[in-house]
Amino acid sequence: MNIRFAVNGREVSVETDAETRLLDVLREDLHLTGTKEGCGEGECGACTVLLDGLPVNSCLIPAPQVEGREVLTIEGLADGHRLHPLQAAFVEQGAVQCGFCTPGFVLSAYALLRSNSAPTDEEILTALEGNLCRCTGYGKIVSAVRTAAERMRESP
Amino acid sequence: MNEAPATLIGTAIARPDAVDKVRGEARFVDDLAFPGMLHAAVVRSPHPHARILGIHAEAARSMPGVVVVLTAADVPGENIVHVIVDDQPALAADVVRYIGEPVALVAAETRRAARAAVDAVRVDYEPLPFVASPLAALEPDAPQVAVPSAAEGGNLFNRMVLVKGDVDGTFAVADVVVEGTYETGYQEHAYLETQGMIAVPDGLGAIAIYGSMQCPFYVQNAVAKVLGLPLAKVRVVAAATGGAFGGKEDVPSLLGSLAALLSSATRRPVKLVLDREEDVLTTSKRHPSRVFYRTAARADGTLLAIDVDIVLNAGAYQTLSSAVLWRSLVTAAGPYRVPNVRVVARSVATNTVPNGAFRGFGSPQVIFPHESQIDLVAERLGIDRVEIRRRNVLHSGDRTSTDHLVRDSVGIAETLDRAAELADWTARLERAATYNRASRETKRGVGVACVLYGVGLGGKAPFLDKAGATIKLEPDGSIAVAIGTVEIGQGLTTAVLQVAAEGLGVPIDRIHLSPVDTSRVPDSGPTVASRGTMMSALAVLDAAGRLRERIERVAKAHRIAKREIAQRLPEIARFFWLENFDPAVEGWASTEPVSWDPATGLGDVYPVYAYATHIAEVEVNVDTGEAHVVDYVAVHDSGRILNRVLASGQVEGGVAQGIGFALMETIEEKDGRLIVNGLTTYRLPTIRDVPLAAAVDFVEALFPAGPFGMKGIGEVPVMAAHAAVARAVAHATGRNPTRYPLDPPRIKSLLGEKP
Ligand code: FES
Ligand code: FES
Repeated sequence: MNIRFAVNGREVSVETDAETRLLDVLREDLHLTGTKEGCGEGECGACTVLLDGLPVNSCLIPAPQVEGREVLTIEGLADGHRLHPLQAAFVEQGAVQCGFCTPGFVLSAYALLRSNSAPTDEEILTALEGNLCRCTGYGKIVSAVRTAAERMRESP
Repeated sequence: MNEAPATLIGTAIARPDAVDKVRGEARFVDDLAFPGMLHAAVVRSPHPHARILGIHAEAARSMPGVVVVLTAADVPGENIVHVIVDDQPALAADVVRYIGEPVALVAAETRRAARAAVDAVRVDYEPLPFVASPLAALEPDAPQVAVPSAAEGGNLFNRMVLVKGDVDGTFAVADVVVEGTYETGYQEHAYLETQGMIAVPDGLGAIAIYGSMQCPFYVQNAVAKVLGLPLAKVRVVAAATGGAFGGKEDVPSLLGSLAALLSSATRRPVKLVLDREEDVLTTSKRHPSRVFYRTAARADGTLLAIDVDIVLNAGAYQTLSSAVLWRSLVTAAGPYRVPNVRVVARSVATNTVPNGAFRGFGSPQVIFPHESQIDLVAERLGIDRVEIRRRNVLHSGDRTSTDHLVRDSVGIAETLDRAAELADWTARLERAATYNRASRETKRGVGVACVLYGVGLGGKAPFLDKAGATIKLEPDGSIAVAIGTVEIGQGLTTAVLQVAAEGLGVPIDRIHLSPVDTSRVPDSGPTVASRGTMMSALAVLDAAGRLRERIERVAKAHRIAKREIAQRLPEIARFFWLENFDPAVEGWASTEPVSWDPATGLGDVYPVYAYATHIAEVEVNVDTGEAHVVDYVAVHDSGRILNRVLASGQVEGGVAQGIGFALMETIEEKDGRLIVNGLTTYRLPTIRDVPLAAAVDFVEALFPAGPFGMKGIGEVPVMAAHAAVARAVAHATGRNPTRYPLDPPRIKSLLGEKP
């Protein structure tokens, strides 16, 4: 079957089937390999993308479900060479080690900051509790999100 | 070394690899594709022990998209995955020894087709008696698991001893003796990126391997052996690697060999990426252990003797078990002066997945006991737990349990003092006591743990402790650096760039460090044992020193002042080019000689030790049995810290893994089968399980032979963390836990025991 949807603001059309996951369409058909597969079981959040603005695990979404909808992947976040403030904060705060979990965390945090420009620590934890990181111990990720939130409030 | 002030050393340069990673542009192995690439899948044994009677692959071969199915008969070279002892086949030929052992391989046009074909390969087995417990495997009538040539006898893979002083005599006269038997289970690495390898025909009969790994030179050796190729025809390139923690030390040699077999048979690129379930079920883990530990002390708390018996479950093949066991042996006494020592350590073959390296490498299994035991001694004698450690930790001029006289860089006492100060130890104990008097449902506890870690590979494998580097001045004044140890997330790229910039006296942004490619540098050993950054930094410094000299000579000839060199490097590089100066320099590093006597276990077993003290505070819910870490202090001596953000990142990540090991991570085994379903049932610490405001600090006891005085750090944090947490649980519950993980059921049963 053929599905049409928007990825990072661009209309795409892909030949696929009901067994194919959104994750595979992104990675294999559209070569957007920034979305990672950490488990394929909905447990790790490495495959997080935004579907109509809300974070989802793309490994759990059958491709046909995105027909007519809007998907944002990590590749759609930076403005050309300029990093999004969240991305810049992750780099500066040392929130990236191996980097495999990073796209998922950045997108989960992005979804949070879009709906809540001044999140409390508790709200940050709630937004990120579905993402696993085995390298950082999470502390620097939380600092990065706090820093980015502050900066985005100062210069929206 | 150049005499310029070490301005870059110790500064928190942001990692250059982070930019690609936050943009989603870093290329991990599954992000790579090559024209004509096939996908691999592995047919694995469903039995813990069985004879292979026949493999029927015709149906699978004729399925759409399937290109080839291979068995042991198709291996062109030796059917061996070379790690330490050559007992593990790439593909089982006659007998399978664990559930998940590779038996046949499929390559197909798509991943889906390859996986579908796996189910169509029929293998006839004759099940054999099996044994999954190491103690049962040591019984005289146990089924024979170990390949006989790989064992010292029966299923005993290795037996090692460490004997110093008069142990029995000391126990007979000691004021206090305490003992316990401690057990730990599996810990899964759960690197977020599963294992994967791509093999690509590289022209002229050579093969290239791209993959997720710690040890490109191990993979090179393994692939050469299994294909029967000379080493020069096997080129291994490390892709961005999504976490490793020891799990990508030996397993990539097996997976690289499997991908290479398919690529060589089909003459096409072949990608083998494990899915999560397959990765958790079939790759190495931390060795489950059983350690009996007896401690003798004087009435003032001075440790006098230890008597330790260690048994590790090695799994079906040797892989790294002998090296892991060796570290258990020489670490058993911890960072303490113990004059009389007896340690007997055994690793045992069982019909389970081969266990291997996991951050800490055999040491957490003895740290849990040694930290529990010293607390028990303190309790018996009514001595404060920090104070008893103060009285026993090593100082410069002391001898370790292996009789190693340590002089340089012995910072354990400072880490202990600093940690106690940051934690406000005495006041914190009082606060916890006050809290506990007022609270029935939740109890607070504070734990302290001290560790020592021998940096590098040590006396068991001294020939591996070396590294190479090349530095090339390009004609435009930029600088290309190549090394042989791998960025696995720990921050090696950044630290090595800092050292290169410092050694060359040029701005860091002029220097580029490329991913490891075995064809560019000599065998630099593995990226393990907290050695990767130190060894490559030493090799880079060696090369940088000589290139710097050459640059200064050319500058002088052209009347360019020394202080102008950094700025006028493009001009200087041009002179190199025009006047035919050699712009490339090789660097080399090897560690100081180490020694080890297998008969006694004694010797100067490592070039240097890193140390740490951690203090954890937990809250235990006595109704539910849940334990939660509420506050944390970690102080490390890793010599000079090249980059604090990276180093504290290593510590925080290790603390999270230690919390996981102590409180929640484990896998049950039943009849040789691991009872686990990927990350769905293997529970990792989430953002809610860790102390987000951990206090991390460093005392820098400089190591004169290290680059700018550094030692290693990578493994140490996890080693201290689990013990600090377990001892905090002990304090909160008033019981002495002897088994991990301290999950709710275990804590509840602990609370049911008599204090
Ligand atoms: S890959 Fe989707 S949640 Fe892990
Ligand atoms: S940085 Fe490696 S998993 Fe998060």
